[in-house]
Amino acid sequence: MAQAPPPAGAPPAGGPPAAFRRPPDFPTRPPADPAVVERGKQIYSITCTFCHGADARGGSGGPNLIRTPVVLNDKNGELLGPVLKEGREGMPKFDLPAAQVSDIAAFLHSFRVGGYDISRMAPPTILVGDAKAGEAYFQKTCTSCHSVSNDLKGIGGRITDPKRLQQTWLMPGAAGRGPGAPPSPGTIVKVSVTQGGKKITGRLTKIDDFLVSLTEDDGTPRSFTRDGDNPKVELIDPLQGHRALLGKYTDKDIHDVTAFLASVK
Amino acid sequence: MKLLALFSLAGVLSAQALDPAVLQKPLSNEWPTYSGDYSGQRYSKLTQINQTNVKNLTLAWTTRVSNGPGAAGGGNPFRGGGGAAVPLITGGEGTGEFTGGFGAGTNIRASMLMVDGRLYFSTPDNAWAVDARDGRVLWHYFWKTKGGTHIGIRGLGMWGKWLYMETPDDFLVCLDALTGKERWHKPIADFNQQYFSTMAPIVIGNNVIIGTGNDLDAPGYVQSRDPETGDVKWTVYTVPMKKGDPGMETWGSVEGARVGAGNVWIPGAYDPETHLYIFGTGNPSPSYTNPKSRDGDNLFTCSLVAINVDTGKMAWYYQLNPHDTHDWDSSETPILVDGDFKGKPRKMALHADRNGYFYVVDRLTGEHLLTSKFSDTVNWVKEINAKGQTIRNVEKDSTVGGSLVSPNNYGATNWPPAAYSPDTGLFYVPQSDTYAMYYLTETDPRGAMGLGGKDEQFVASMGTYLTAIDYKTGKIAWRHRYPGVGGGFGGGNGVLTTAGKLVFAGDLSGNLIAYDAATGKILWHSRIGQVSNAPQTYMVDGKQYLLVAAGDQLFAFYLQ
Repeated sequence: MAQAPPPAGAPPAGGPPAAFRRPPDFPTRPPADPAVVERGKQIYSITCTFCHGADARGGSGGPNLIRTPVVLNDKNGELLGPVLKEGREGMPKFDLPAAQVSDIAAFLHSFRVGGYDISRMAPPTILVGDAKAGEAYFQKTCTSCHSVSNDLKGIGGRITDPKRLQQTWLMPGAAGRGPGAPPSPGTIVKVSVTQGGKKITGRLTKIDDFLVSLTEDDGTPRSFTRDGDNPKVELIDPLQGHRALLGKYTDKDIHDVTAFLASVK
Repeated sequence: MKLLALFSLAGVLSAQALDPAVLQKPLSNEWPTYSGDYSGQRYSKLTQINQTNVKNLTLAWTTRVSNGPGAAGGGNPFRGGGGAAVPLITGGEGTGEFTGGFGAGTNIRASMLMVDGRLYFSTPDNAWAVDARDGRVLWHYFWKTKGGTHIGIRGLGMWGKWLYMETPDDFLVCLDALTGKERWHKPIADFNQQYFSTMAPIVIGNNVIIGTGNDLDAPGYVQSRDPETGDVKWTVYTVPMKKGDPGMETWGSVEGARVGAGNVWIPGAYDPETHLYIFGTGNPSPSYTNPKSRDGDNLFTCSLVAINVDTGKMAWYYQLNPHDTHDWDSSETPILVDGDFKGKPRKMALHADRNGYFYVVDRLTGEHLLTSKFSDTVNWVKEINAKGQTIRNVEKDSTVGGSLVSPNNYGATNWPPAAYSPDTGLFYVPQSDTYAMYYLTETDPRGAMGLGGKDEQFVASMGTYLTAIDYKTGKIAWRHRYPGVGGGFGGGNGVLTTAGKLVFAGDLSGNLIAYDAATGKILWHSRIGQVSNAPQTYMVDGKQYLLVAAGDQLFAFYLQ
């Protein structure tokens, strides 16, 4: 259903494709008088809530009204009125004065409608793992490169949002840095180019089948035309270990490690 | 009656009109429909550009265009030599201001038509005609929109001298191909239900096949419209709409089915022998959450569906991906192939899905023939059942703690078209191997609306490829990995293959690349900027052109 936006091509070095903010695609209704909406809510709660839910998203037997074609096309109750008056299959008739119908309409139209629906019952935390099991997994899998008394000292205190913590340890640089942020030092891809017996090493700035570009430690930019294996190009990916593990974790491993790291204050 | 109408149309054909007979032929000099021809193969019979001389390709022309009423594009009057100003024709029922953020930049993603020496192409709310010999813009049509999701437009359709365009605010617009003047526009769908219409119309006889969808759970549908009047000839919903409709038993409730989506936004293929229009449907809705109303397989979402164009009746369906929970549409255009399968001649439909699997079905019956995985990292499938369907591991649905799933929401591939060469027997598809965490953010058992209820966070790309699949075995014949440690996602914007034994595709770094179709060896490239659509080819005045878009620019190459 989501008609994906154009592929961004190569992502910026060290980071994922930048998240884009979606402006509203469809015109929104102008806000109604709060007093009218409140009146409508009162009438709705007596007449409609049982079947359609207090939030109009469906209840005992009745459908979600917010996205129903009648409500989406209704302006002031002119479409809603006849449905209430006549009833529908499985829905009784309601003989309400026109003013009350338009109040109910104002209440129903006060909800934001869109496919990018904001979560209402969002869980308070993503922390669901077992810290002890996570510690054991960490000891077994991660300690050849990392230590909670050294590079990850106080990690749970430094990154307090568990989701960001989880994304960050899974793939450093892949979370919470915001668009345009420079890559963190641990995520920079290095490259060495060997040409005429000479090896030039630096930070990778671009690579495709036809060109490799790098910046040497002293800041000198270099570019080389590529023709198959000439010159010889070697990429050094500091996150290779993280990438290799993605196919191995169970989701429980991930949740446990996050619970453990969150406890490392 | 139908034949008579076709002949009478052929009788009044003038310059710049499409001879309906061309639509029945394999792709050659002209490019008269979305995929070039009805098969979806994107295989051109042209051989002037071939393996021997492709290294000599050179730029024939380039043209830049701009969305909106301000600049008709093409040729700068102050530079001289440009000739007359480009006519701008304006239509639409809105103010033209509301483009939802996607419409601001000009990005040509659609397939273009080439008929009688003219190219016709579109971006959301805009259409242009261009001389295929030199890229000169002949007219620009601008539709003043009411709004709607402006994420893309997949191209134009043509019948005789008329062009057809869908708009994000749900109109079918008919234009005079000669002048760009509007003949009529007719509503496609209810804008207030947040439908937006992006499919390239497909003209089959006297049917203009159109489709629509939305992100707010409303049902998807495909329609035939009368090419003269725009009136509806038939409508097929992709989900059951009322009690007793076929497929209703695969939903938790009637209401659940009615808000089950199954959007129609990418053209299908057409088999002239059986009169079947075969296309892929979108995913069920809500996309990520699992209310009771969605219990079951959710027909006819994530399916290949065959409709008889004369009657508007469904002949068969094959559901690839029962009860999808990751917003992986099966919209990718199926490719129709006649060939050998397990020692028997078969008429088949081939399809590589956003979900990372490749499927082959018999296109006469929908009988399943093959399912194989083309993305190595894909991890969401529990089993492939007896019918060849990929059955999900429910543990890989979005969860509160997060599920690490490959592929990400964009998918192992997406709508940018694949191609097939009868010379090599290979199916060429853009591929990327990605991981994302899918977090459930809505625990209300009634679920969310549309795409709500989850937070998908990208983790990594393991590689991006142009991949060649042997349809007989599902095995990878060759794979070209774009250099880099990971690569983006998306894997390029579509593929062309030709009888010159070539495959053309854009890479991730702004290069248009020609490959040996049999081996994947690179034979030519040109860095033109981010290639934004699938390359195409055509022949005019004895010259074969290679055509591609990069953002707001068209590039045409030829041999001098």
